[in-house]
Amino acid sequence: MIRIFSILVGLFFTVALAWSLLWDTIQLSKDGLPKSAAAEFGEHAKPLKLASDGPFGKFDKKQLKRGFEVYAGVCASCHSLQQVAYRSLVHAGFTEKEVKELAAKATVNAKDPLTGEMKDRPGLPSDKFQPVVYAGNGVPPDLSLITKARKGGAPYIYSLLTGYEASQPAELVKQFPDAKTPEGMYYNPYFSNLNIAMAPPLASDDLVTYSDGTKATKDQMAQDVSAFLVWTAEPELEQRHQTGAWWILFLIFATTLAYMSYRNIWAEKKGK
Amino acid sequence: MSFPWSKEYKPSHPLMTWLDERLPLPRLVYNAVGGGYEVPRNLNYFWNFGFLAGLCLVIQIVSGVILAMHYGGDTSVAFNSTEHIMRDVNWGWMLRYGHANGAAAFFAVVYLHIFRGFYYGSYKAPREMIWLLGVVIFLLMMATAFMGYVLPWGQMSYWAAQVITGLFGAIPLIGEPLKEWLLGGFAPGNATLNRFFSLHFLLPFVILGVVILHIWSLHIPGSSNPTGVEVKSESDTVPFYPYYVGKDGWTIGLLMIVYSVFVFYMPNALGDPENYIPANPMQTPAHIVPEWYFWPFYAILRSFTQNFLIFDAKLLGVMAMFAAILVWFFLPWLDKSPVRSASYRPLYRKFFWVLVIDVLILGYLGKAPAEQPYVFVSQLATMYYFLHFLVIVPIVSSIERPDPLPFSITESVLGHDGAAKLAKD
Repeated sequence: MIRIFSILVGLFFTVALAWSLLWDTIQLSKDGLPKSAAAEFGEHAKPLKLASDGPFGKFDKKQLKRGFEVYAGVCASCHSLQQVAYRSLVHAGFTEKEVKELAAKATVNAKDPLTGEMKDRPGLPSDKFQPVVYAGNGVPPDLSLITKARKGGAPYIYSLLTGYEASQPAELVKQFPDAKTPEGMYYNPYFSNLNIAMAPPLASDDLVTYSDGTKATKDQMAQDVSAFLVWTAEPELEQRHQTGAWWILFLIFATTLAYMSYRNIWAEKKGK
Repeated sequence: MSFPWSKEYKPSHPLMTWLDERLPLPRLVYNAVGGGYEVPRNLNYFWNFGFLAGLCLVIQIVSGVILAMHYGGDTSVAFNSTEHIMRDVNWGWMLRYGHANGAAAFFAVVYLHIFRGFYYGSYKAPREMIWLLGVVIFLLMMATAFMGYVLPWGQMSYWAAQVITGLFGAIPLIGEPLKEWLLGGFAPGNATLNRFFSLHFLLPFVILGVVILHIWSLHIPGSSNPTGVEVKSESDTVPFYPYYVGKDGWTIGLLMIVYSVFVFYMPNALGDPENYIPANPMQTPAHIVPEWYFWPFYAILRSFTQNFLIFDAKLLGVMAMFAAILVWFFLPWLDKSPVRSASYRPLYRKFFWVLVIDVLILGYLGKAPAEQPYVFVSQLATMYYFLHFLVIVPIVSSIERPDPLPFSITESVLGHDGAAKLAKD
């Protein structure tokens, strides 16, 4: 009885699916496979080598500091970094004194401990980066987690920053008239839908002056800020890599011992 | 199971004697996972995953309870409190990455455990209750994982809550009110997040309770084995301690190594980048995708695209998605073959491997966007899924001619002569 019932239920689902399949196939034969400008003309991220890559990767503190200078000099006019506290910059190549000075440049609206009133005061190392008010249209995303929040991570950020193209391929506009770059937008084949609202932020060399004297080419700035944004998203990376190495070494040792004792226990039982 | 040759607990210390007479807890442990539990000697490594699933549950509960001490279940702070755990709580990143990847490890282990049950017919009499409770555990796990995924209140959290509760909206008549009741509003909001947090904390302990029932019911008939032949004599079994403690024990190390590689070296490999963007009800992500362990069921849901008879396409998808798991409840009665192990069922075995490949394909399609040609393939794959369980299994199990079974477990391990020698000794 239950089996007759089950066969009926099974056939019901099968016929319902066949019905969907039939209509979809008719539709498919009319429309053909879906095509999108992004699938045809979008590019995969360019390779980017960072010191933090790989299982033993560590941050290049000098590069992080340069990356911060790019963020502060360029990105920070539109993008916030609200998950990051000034105090944590000591892990990114800054001294405590520098951190205090940096924080003090910010204005923080906070409760005055004496009067209880909300008042503006200079920032402290314990404060986080303050919100950035963007005057234009749209909402520039907060950059704290950006390398984790975009497929492709740091190489994607690097590719996006250096991947602007002056004009769209003629073939693209011919095949996909809808994907033509609208007024006020910019063509960037690394962006998910090819047209991005952000103007090329690293349009020329020497937008910032590096404190370590490195020449600030466009490519250098893009690499450095990508490295810095890996750090803002994963400040725990070094500790994670180191802890993991010791822990996994221990596990391999312990597992080997456990395997040997297992072999010993089963020695007289043939088979397993 | 207690066989005539099962060893009895004998307290070795006066204190244990005292305790045993008043609260026989040591005896319970001894009979459950100690020298008192006799287990078939021929279990292969597929039998390790039950033990490992238990370990995963413990990891999840311990890491989860600590995470809850630092998390704020309010839409205004949930996302930032998750980042607070990652940045400011000592070893918080390890707890969170461990918990997120722990869920993946739990599902991976449980899927292998379920695979074992399917292949070796562990659901057959007299073990139906173990199987039924197992399916209940799996359903509870799915609910728990889904609600846990909503807690960080990222984009995918929000839209997952929207999509999954939306499924209930497809039910005729009561759908909309039911959906609003589940969400505590018209869209996911603070009420939703609060109740999901509460339930996400509660359900693991419900799972723990059902796991205890699962193991209890296992100890009535005792463990199954790869031949599917019942235990006949003392030479067929070995005590759980030390034999299977040793065998399960070393594979804990293996699981921990694989798990740790994920936690420490690719903690975000299995997650969706979208969930590092704070929830935004005004912006729908381009592709709403669940975590990998839900992909096959998501593909089934999306393969129904046309209304059929009186049924709405969405309702059909929802029915099929739930039916895809509910059908497992009926498996012990759909598969009437008296032979348990697929190793001795040549015809069933072929169909079973097709099912395994079918589910892997569905998994791939569940991740893919809902467009052609993926929809076409997922429609075919979903058809096979239902045909397999509801049509092929009942028919094959009644017409199939199984291969000869070994006489006993001992014979399957030692060969005919070895078993005969043991019997003579």
